[in-house]
Amino acid sequence: MLTNPLTNPLTKNIRGPENVATDIARYEDNGGYRGWRKALQLAPEEIVKRVQDGGLRGRGGAGFNTGLKWSFVPRGEDSPSVKYVVCNADEMEPGTFKDRLLMERDPHLLIEGMAIAAYAIEARTAYIFIRGEYALAAARLELAIAEAKEAGLLGSNILGGDFSLEVHLHRSAGNYICGEETALLNALEGRRAIPRAKPPFPQVSGLWGKPTVVNNVETFCNVPHLIEMGADWYRGLGRGEDAGSKLFGVSGKVKNPGTWELPMGTPIREIIEEHAGGMQDGLKLKGFLPGGGSTDFLGPQHLDLPMDYDAISKAGSRMGTGTIIVLDDHTCPVGLVLNLTQFFARESCGWCTPCRDGLPWVVKILQRIENGEGLPEDLDLLREQAARMGPGNTFCALAPGAAEPIQSALKLFEQDFIDHITKGCCPYL
Amino acid sequence: MSSIFEPEVVEVMEHSKSGPNRIETRLSSKEKEEIDREFSHYEDKASVGLEALRIVQKHRGWVSDESLQAVSAYLNIPIAQLESVATYFQLIFRQPVGKEVIFLCKSASCWIMGCNRLQKKIEEKLQIKPGETTEDGIFTLLETPCLGDCDRAPVMMIGEEMHRNLTDSSIDEIIENKTLYHAEGSGHADQSAD
Repeated sequence: MLTNPLTNPLTKNIRGPENVATDIARYEDNGGYRGWRKALQLAPEEIVKRVQDGGLRGRGGAGFNTGLKWSFVPRGEDSPSVKYVVCNADEMEPGTFKDRLLMERDPHLLIEGMAIAAYAIEARTAYIFIRGEYALAAARLELAIAEAKEAGLLGSNILGGDFSLEVHLHRSAGNYICGEETALLNALEGRRAIPRAKPPFPQVSGLWGKPTVVNNVETFCNVPHLIEMGADWYRGLGRGEDAGSKLFGVSGKVKNPGTWELPMGTPIREIIEEHAGGMQDGLKLKGFLPGGGSTDFLGPQHLDLPMDYDAISKAGSRMGTGTIIVLDDHTCPVGLVLNLTQFFARESCGWCTPCRDGLPWVVKILQRIENGEGLPEDLDLLREQAARMGPGNTFCALAPGAAEPIQSALKLFEQDFIDHITKGCCPYL
Repeated sequence: MSSIFEPEVVEVMEHSKSGPNRIETRLSSKEKEEIDREFSHYEDKASVGLEALRIVQKHRGWVSDESLQAVSAYLNIPIAQLESVATYFQLIFRQPVGKEVIFLCKSASCWIMGCNRLQKKIEEKLQIKPGETTEDGIFTLLETPCLGDCDRAPVMMIGEEMHRNLTDSSIDEIIENKTLYHAEGSGHADQSAD
C-alpha cells in the first residue's frame, strides 16, 4: 500500500506487519493529533465551515456533505446543553471491508476525527458503535481511547483548556439495520434497533432526544487532515468532481483482492485492472456492484466511469461504500442476487410490509428460478416487487437498497434469468 | 425453548427462589461488578442491557430465561424490552451453544468464492446443520452476514478469531485442532481476538 502522507492521509500509518497495533507515540510522531491541536485553537463554527468547504461527503454510503450535516445541530445559548457524537462502526454491508482496516490498524485516527467533530458541535460525550464481530478493532480502540486520555487529549480539560470530552466504545452484537443511523440510536439506548421516523433528524433530536451527529468511521478519519491542511488542499486530493481520497476495495474472482486508498474520481477500470490485478485467468468480468450489496449492478460498459458520487448515480447505481464486488462470467448472476436477497430478508427489522413480506417473497421466486422451476411470468413479478420495495414505500432504506441489485440484474442479466426458466436448470452448474 | 410466560417456567422460578439449589436466578458478584462498570457511560441504564447480556453469556455460555430475568431485575429494564433486544442480535444466544461457535460468512463475496461448498463440507464433517450443535457439545454452526474481510474470502469466525482464505484442507485442519484441544480437556475455548 502506498503510504505517502500527502496523497494517502487515511492510510499513511498503515504499514508493516498487520499484527502490530499503532500506539500513540508512533501516531504522534507521524503527525497524529496535529489536526486536533489545531482544531482546539479554532472556533467551532470555523471547523464546521472548513469541513463543509472541503467537500467531504459521508463515506458510509449516502454521500451527504459532512459539514452541512454538522451545521444542522442547534448552537448558541438556547440550544440543548447536552449533545452527542456517534461513530457508526457497524460495518456490515455485504462486500465491505474498509472500516475494519481503519479501526484495527490506526485507531487513533478515528478518535482524533471524532474529537474534532465533538468540539465542532460542542458535544461532551461521543460513542463508537461497533459491531460485535470486530473484536480486535474494539480492543485496539479501547486501548487507544485510554492512551489518548492519559496524554490529556481526551477527558477533562483537554490540553489544559476548557473543552472536555469522553469517548466510549459501545459493542453491538451483529445486526445490519444498526447501520441505519436512527436504528443505531435506538440500539444505543437499549431498545430494539428499529429505524425511527424522520423528521426529526438526529442532528436536532437524536440520542436520548438530544442533538446528535452520526457519521461513518471513514468519514471521521478524513477530518483530522482536512482541518490540519485546509479545505483547498483536501479538495485537491480528488481527481474528479469529488473531494478527498477514499478507501476503495475489490472482492470476487480478481487476481489481487484488497483495499487501497485512492483519490476520489479514480476510474473503476484502474481500480479493478491495476490495483486488483484484473480478473483471474480464464474469467471475464460480467458485471459488478460498485459499492456493496445494496447498489445496482453495473456492466463492462461502465468501467471507465470515475468513482465519484454523482457519476455513479448518473449511470444508475450508487457509490455506496466504494467497495466493489466483481461478478465473473462463470458465476451465476441469479444465484448472486438470491444470496444478496436472502441477506436482506434475514436482516429486515420487520417493521414495514414491503420489506418484511416483500423480501421473503422475492427470495422464494429467485430460489425457484435458480432451481430451474421458474415461470415465464416470474420476471415481471420480480420487477413489480422490486418497484414496490423502492424509495417512498418503506420506512427506511433497507428494502430500497435490497431492490437495487434485483432490478439492475433483471436489466443487465435478463438473458440469464430467461435461460434458467427455459432450460429448467441453472446453466452455471 | 419454553417461553418465560408459560406457567411451569414461572413455577420453576418461584421454586428456585426458595430452594437451596437455585438456578442462575441471581447475578454473581463478578457479573454485577462488570455490569456496574458500564453504567457511567450512559444517560440511561437501559443502554447497558445488551452489554449485561453479553457479560452473563460470557460467564454462563448462553442467556437462559432465568439469566434474562436476573438482568432485567438488576437493571430495572422491562423484561419484554430486554427480550426484544436479546432476540434481535445474532451474537446473543438464547439457546445453549457449543464451546466453539462457528460463524460461517454467507455474504456475497464469500458466496462467489465458494462458501456454500465449504458449508457442505463442514456440515458433513460435523454432522450438523446451521443452528445445531454437535453431540459432543463442542461445535455449533451458524451462518452469518458479511464479516467484513471480503478480500480474504471465504472466511469464518470461530468465537472471536477469524479464519481467512478458507479451503477444504484448512477447514479440516481448523476443526481437527479444535477437536483435539477440547479432547485434551483444556477447558474453555480461546477467546482472544485474532
